Amino acid sequence: MKILVPIKRVIDYNVKVRVKPDNSNVDLANVKMAINPFCEIAVEEAIRLKEAGIASEVVAVSIGDKSCQEQLRTALALGADRAIQIETSETLDALNIAKLLQKIVEEEQPKLVILGKQSIDSDNNQTGQMLAALTNMPQGTFASEVKVDGDKVNVTREVDGGLQTITLSLPAIVTTDLRLNEPRYASLPNIMKAKRKPLVVKSAADFGLDLSPRSTLLKVTPPATRQAGIIVESIDELVEKLKNEAKVIS
Amino acid sequence: MSVLVYAEHDNQNLKAETLKTVAAAQKMGGDITILVAGHNCQAVAEQAAKVNGVSKVLVADNAAYEHQLAENVSLLVTELANDYDHIVATALTTGKNFMPRVAALLDVAQISDIIDVESEDTFVRPIYAGNAIATVKSLDAKKVITVRTTGFDAVATDGNAEIVNIDIVKDAGTSSYVSEELTVSERPDLGAASVVISGGRGMQNGDNFKLLEGIADKLGAAIGASRAAVDAGFVPNDMQVGQTGKIVAPDLYIAVGISGAIQHLAGMKDSKVIVAINKDPEAPIFQVADYGIVADLFEALPELEAKL
Repeated sequence: MKILVPIKRVIDYNVKVRVKPDNSNVDLANVKMAINPFCEIAVEEAIRLKEAGIASEVVAVSIGDKSCQEQLRTALALGADRAIQIETSETLDALNIAKLLQKIVEEEQPKLVILGKQSIDSDNNQTGQMLAALTNMPQGTFASEVKVDGDKVNVTREVDGGLQTITLSLPAIVTTDLRLNEPRYASLPNIMKAKRKPLVVKSAADFGLDLSPRSTLLKVTPPATRQAGIIVESIDELVEKLKNEAKVIS
Repeated sequence: MSVLVYAEHDNQNLKAETLKTVAAAQKMGGDITILVAGHNCQAVAEQAAKVNGVSKVLVADNAAYEHQLAENVSLLVTELANDYDHIVATALTTGKNFMPRVAALLDVAQISDIIDVESEDTFVRPIYAGNAIATVKSLDAKKVITVRTTGFDAVATDGNAEIVNIDIVKDAGTSSYVSEELTVSERPDLGAASVVISGGRGMQNGDNFKLLEGIADKLGAAIGASRAAVDAGFVPNDMQVGQTGKIVAPDLYIAVGISGAIQHLAGMKDSKVIVAINKDPEAPIFQVADYGIVADLFEALPELEAKL
């Protein structure tokens, strides 16, 4: 079966973001970019399913300008077979991303689509579920275990109180949580090989979709900073402060 | 103007977070209806009817909704959505799971994890793990919103809304529930507790988390953990507080043996009072703590328990 893995280019998770002085957005100029960590877990899971003989082909797709080819090459170096870039210079919201991915799902007819549960920039946690609704597929979000069993997939999900396991009919959508797997590092020979794997570029405009924005970003501000408090010298002093100053214990 | 609020529950109890989501709905303006979708969930409906500011409770009680599978619940909510300007759910596992499906089926965007309401169409939400705060104006006629409850104070529960049973059964037939492994605890939920005590890598192993239990019992606290403690296998992931775990804002948060990585701070920095116990005086956690104590936790915890 074929697995489609949509991935996103985002700020590297080690980089501390700064808000622009004019509060228009965060400043991404000259910032290190990387594949979104949850998307990397999605790529790894797809490759493991291929290595286990369950998947026959892994196709990575990303939406953005030419720079996201870098992350598609990373996915290819990790083991994806081919890649699709949907070219656009616009920053699209999750619904429009899902609509473009719906078109790719219609073209590619994958049995399984694995996505990260959210991107670490917009923190929306929407694309997988929206794609599932648009393609009328069932979904297993926040997955910590994925087991394909014939024409079904069992997904164990990280829920508020613990773990929940559900069964989905294929084709289905899975979104990854952190504990699904630990992604491998790409080896140098595989990085070299990835340069020769197929990468097709399609224009977002060619799909005939209305991709107009659904919201306006009015401003972006730094979060309120917390002032450091005081260092107490003893547990006695701590308990006294919590009782009489902060009044949070009695 | 009217708002539909999706009740977060387990067929027996309405989750306390729903009271905060209703507070957010009140700021959007208009008549508020709560939807309880579940199975054998009349007790939840009765609790929802007491929530202040709510005029009506819709109950969809059917086996198809027992586990609130996203495929089925999203079809139900989409069908009801016609009558409302705002569709609102709590940004917990259930709401985060099904709401984007509702948005896509209605062909509108979703605004996730709002922490404030500026007006009926303008909302405030954290991005980049809370390292930036965005103010977003929705251009859609219908707003689909999830609420991060740390930004809102719970409404009271002395109301008396009308309960209306609805007979809409939606079963997509593409997903089914298999099993659940839920952590059983006598302590309050992390998201609802007024006091949280969390351990980090400094706890050294899972057994040492027992040192937190006596203090938690005395304070009526929930016990949490940093991602480092979870990744090291000390405790299960459902205890994780942080960007990738639960986001909490209790009255008192006690961080024990936690260095204060950005990803942990993202989950607790809105707590009213923060206490840090750490033997490293340079630990970044002290920069956000109201009260810090530089001490070996293995000495400090027994003493704290004794003196509370």
